[in-house]
Amino acid sequence: MKQYAVGIDIGSTCAKAVVLEPSGNIVRRLVQPTGWSSADTAQQIQTQLSEFIPQADIAATGYGRVCVPYAHKQITEITCHARGACALYGEQTLTVIDIGGQDTKIIRVEDGRVADFLMNDKCSAGTGRFLDVMAGTLGLAPEELYALAARGSGVHISSMCTVFAESEVVSLIGSGEEKENIAYAVVDSIVTKVAAQAARLLPTEGPVCLTGGLCQAQVLVDALSGVLKRPVLTCPDGRYAGAMGAAILAGGFSSGLSR
Amino acid sequence: MQDLPKRFETYSEARRNGFLKIRDLKEQAGKHVVGIFCSYTPVELITAAGAVYVSLCGSSEDGIAEAEKYLPNNYCPLIKSSYGLAVSDSCPYFYFSDMIVAETTCDGKKKMYELMGRLKPTHVMALPHNPSLESSENLWLSEMYRLKEALESQFNVAITEEDLKAAIHQKNLERQAMVKLYEIGKLKPSPIRGYELNDIVSASSFIFTGEERLALIEERRQQLIADYETNYKGKASPPRILITGCPVTGVSDKVLKEIELQGANVVAFENCSGPRTQSDLVDETIDPYKALAKRYLGISCSVMSPNPKRLETLASMIEEYQIDGVVEVVLHCCHTFAAESFGVKEFVRDKLGIPILSITTDYSKGDSGQIATRIGAFIEMLQLNLG
Repeated sequence: MKQYAVGIDIGSTCAKAVVLEPSGNIVRRLVQPTGWSSADTAQQIQTQLSEFIPQADIAATGYGRVCVPYAHKQITEITCHARGACALYGEQTLTVIDIGGQDTKIIRVEDGRVADFLMNDKCSAGTGRFLDVMAGTLGLAPEELYALAARGSGVHISSMCTVFAESEVVSLIGSGEEKENIAYAVVDSIVTKVAAQAARLLPTEGPVCLTGGLCQAQVLVDALSGVLKRPVLTCPDGRYAGAMGAAILAGGFSSGLSR
Repeated sequence: MQDLPKRFETYSEARRNGFLKIRDLKEQAGKHVVGIFCSYTPVELITAAGAVYVSLCGSSEDGIAEAEKYLPNNYCPLIKSSYGLAVSDSCPYFYFSDMIVAETTCDGKKKMYELMGRLKPTHVMALPHNPSLESSENLWLSEMYRLKEALESQFNVAITEEDLKAAIHQKNLERQAMVKLYEIGKLKPSPIRGYELNDIVSASSFIFTGEERLALIEERRQQLIADYETNYKGKASPPRILITGCPVTGVSDKVLKEIELQGANVVAFENCSGPRTQSDLVDETIDPYKALAKRYLGISCSVMSPNPKRLETLASMIEEYQIDGVVEVVLHCCHTFAAESFGVKEFVRDKLGIPILSITTDYSKGDSGQIATRIGAFIEMLQLNLG
C-alpha cells in the first residue's frame, strides 16, 4: 500500500481532486473549473499535487477520466459516487442523488455496493447546467440565485427542455415577474425533475443523500427533502464524493473511513 | 437488366457495391425479389412462390433526415431509417425489390407502410395482437391465404402445397442451424462476441438461397467450436450479458461493441437477433397454412398484448446461458418495448435477482459518451458482485 491515494474527478463543469491517507483522512482538496480541455486540467492538477503523486495510487473518474494519463485506474463516476458517499455519510446502505453538470444520477447502494442506478437521458433538464444557464439569463451568480429563490414562491416553469425553459424565463422577466419568484421557479423545476427520477429507484426506507456541487445550495436541499417527504442528507465535502470514491478504490482502502 | 438509381455515382463505394451485388444476384438467379422488414413475415410462402426474400435496410442514420420530410421527427429511428433509405433510393435491396411484404406490427410501422405503398407494391398483412385468442389464429390463417394470393397474382405463379412444404422444410433446417449457432453462447467462457453474432444474423439475411445460408452458419459454428476447444475451455469467464428489447443493429457500435470493449461478453439475445424468432419450428405434420399461422403468431414481440411469453423466455435464457446481467435496449419512440420495460425490470431484477440496465437511445452518436459511462458502471457493478 502506498502512502497516499489520489482521486481525480473531471466533471463536465468542475474538476475535483482529493488526497487521502490510509486512515481515510483527507490531506488535500482541490476544485477548479474543467474549462475547455480536460487534458490541460488534468495536467494542472498533476502540478498542484506533485508532492503526493509519486507516492500515490491514483484513480480518475468523471466524463474526463480518460484524459488523466498518470492515473492507474479509470472508474465510472457511478461506482465512485457510491463509494464516496458511503465514506462521507458513514452509511453502507443508502440512496445517492448526484446532480452533476450534465447529468443526474440516482444510485442505490446496498452493503457498500451499487445495487442499481439511473441516469437522465441526453437532456440537461434537472442538471447543474440547467441552473447555470438560468442563473446566467437572470444575470445572477448561482449563489445569488439560491439566496433569491429562498424568498420566492408561486411561479412555475413548465418546459422540459433547457432551451425552451430559458425562453420561458425570458418571458417571465419581460412580463415583470419578481426576480426571486423566477429564481424559485428555476430551483423548483430542477427539484421536480430530480424527484421524479429518484422516485423510480428510491426504496421506501433508508437514508437519502445528495452529492455534487449543489450540496451547497440549501434551498434546493430543503425543497428536495420536501418533495421526497424525507430528509436529504448533505455534507460540506459532498462535491468531492466522486473524487473520494476514486481515491478509496485506488488505494484499496476500506470504505469504513473515519471522517 | 434493371437501371441503377439516378444518383448512383454520388454514392459511397460501399453503397455502390451493395447495388451492384444485388443487381448481379438478381440477374443470375433470374428471380423476383421480395423485400421484408420483420420476423413476422412467413418467408416460406415467398420461397414457395419461386421468389427470393431479402431483409431491407433500417439500421443506419443515413436515411433519417430524408424520412423526416415525410414522417414525424419523434418517431422510431428504425422506421425512419427504413423509410428514408427506401424513398431516397439508398437501400439497394428496396430498390431492386419487386414487392414488399409487411405486417401491422406496431403503429409506427403500419402507418409508414401506407406511405411506402406509394413507392412499391406493398402487401401489408393484418397481424392480430392477442396470440391467445382463437379468433386471432383464424384471422392470421386467413392472412396466410391472402398473402398466397397476392404473391400469385404479383408474380403470375401458382403456389403448390408441395412447394410450400419443401420451403417449410428448408427453413426449418435453417432455423435449427441458427439456434445451434446461438447456443455457442452457452459455452462458458463464450468464444463468440455478441457483436459478431448479431452481424452473422444480419449478414445471413442478405444471402439469397437457403442452402448458402445454412452453409455459412454451419461453417462459422465449426470454427467457433474449434476456437473454444483451443483458446477458451477451462478459462475464467467475463461477466455474461443478455440483450433484450428492440433490434440493436442500428446501435451495435455504441451498445454491443461498448459492452465488449469494457470487458463483458454478450452471450445471448432475447430480441429479433436471437432465438425469439427462430426457436419455434413450423409443424411439418399438419396443414402447412395452419402450421405457418400458428408458428408466426407465437413470436413474443412486444406488439403482442398480453405478452407473457417474453418473460418466460427471459427466465429460461437467463438460466441456460448463465447470465450475470441483462441490458435492455429501447429505441426512442418504440412505445411497446418502452412500456414493457417496467414489467421486464421488475421481473428480472426483483423476481430473478439479476441486475438489469435499461438504455433508451436512437441512431445518433450524441449519447455515446453517456451510454459508455452507464455500461461501464453496470459492468463494474457486476464485477464487484462476482468478485
